[in-house]
Amino acid sequence: MWLNQFLFFAAILFCIGVYGVLTRKNGVLVLMSIELILNAVNINLVAFGAYNQDIGGQVFALFIIAVAAAEVGVGLAIVLLIYRNRRSIDVAEADLLQG
Amino acid sequence: MTLLLAELSQTEVWVTNSFFLAIALVSIFAALKMVTTDNVVHAALYLLVVLASVAAVYIILGAEFAAATQVLVYIGAILVLLLFGVMLTRARIGSESDLDHDQKWIGAMVAVIMAAVMGYSLWEGFEDAKLPDDRIVQGVEPVADTIFSTYIVPFEAISVLLLAALIGAVVVARRD
Repeated sequence: MWLNQFLFFAAILFCIGVYGVLTRKNGVLVLMSIELILNAVNINLVAFGAYNQDIGGQVFALFIIAVAAAEVGVGLAIVLLIYRNRRSIDVAEADLLQG
Repeated sequence: MTLLLAELSQTEVWVTNSFFLAIALVSIFAALKMVTTDNVVHAALYLLVVLASVAAVYIILGAEFAAATQVLVYIGAILVLLLFGVMLTRARIGSESDLDHDQKWIGAMVAVIMAAVMGYSLWEGFEDAKLPDDRIVQGVEPVADTIFSTYIVPFEAISVLLLAALIGAVVVARRD
């Protein structure tokens, strides 16, 4: 098995996730696309761990899974707060910082 | 105890590669549907397909514990949390027309350019590097040994981070 087949797969998933983050307006869908990006990075880590016969790759993938859990918890809390204040989770409408 | 993946025969490599190809195609199709569908609940279900395929790729790579954690944490917890988010932010179940920006082509252009750059540099960097044929299955035991010796400090930091995120999420979302 080539190393590159896993890396290309991860790169394609990563780019699809970037497309989702850039085009989606719904806050929950943006969070889902971020999960896609984090998963692509995890595939890279595990693939390099198998390539170098180093367990560290898998350990760091586990750490990233834990960080993703924290991220989605806080992110959803923020999205809920935006929804409660504005009755909409359109991320394009949350533009208070735009002068 | 170390499990060795026995020297793979030619047919076994072929079978593994076909499995990988099938999983990758299904996963990429589901990911594309996820970022283009006009139904939020369907997007969550397509995300489930992607997460399950990534767990299968971990198993192909011999990372069993990461695969189990992927199923438990991502499919079991994060996906349910996202569905809760869908439920709490809008009652409507069904297709909606207003989920995307108007200028999709900019996002598509960025994604295609990134794919081209990454594909080129990956091909330049690792041309036909192969995974070692006699690689070890990285099971639970070596993972536990490594986390609780080499990576004990990051592990404790992650624990504190999770606690902080828990408290932060409660404080942010609480009605007062």
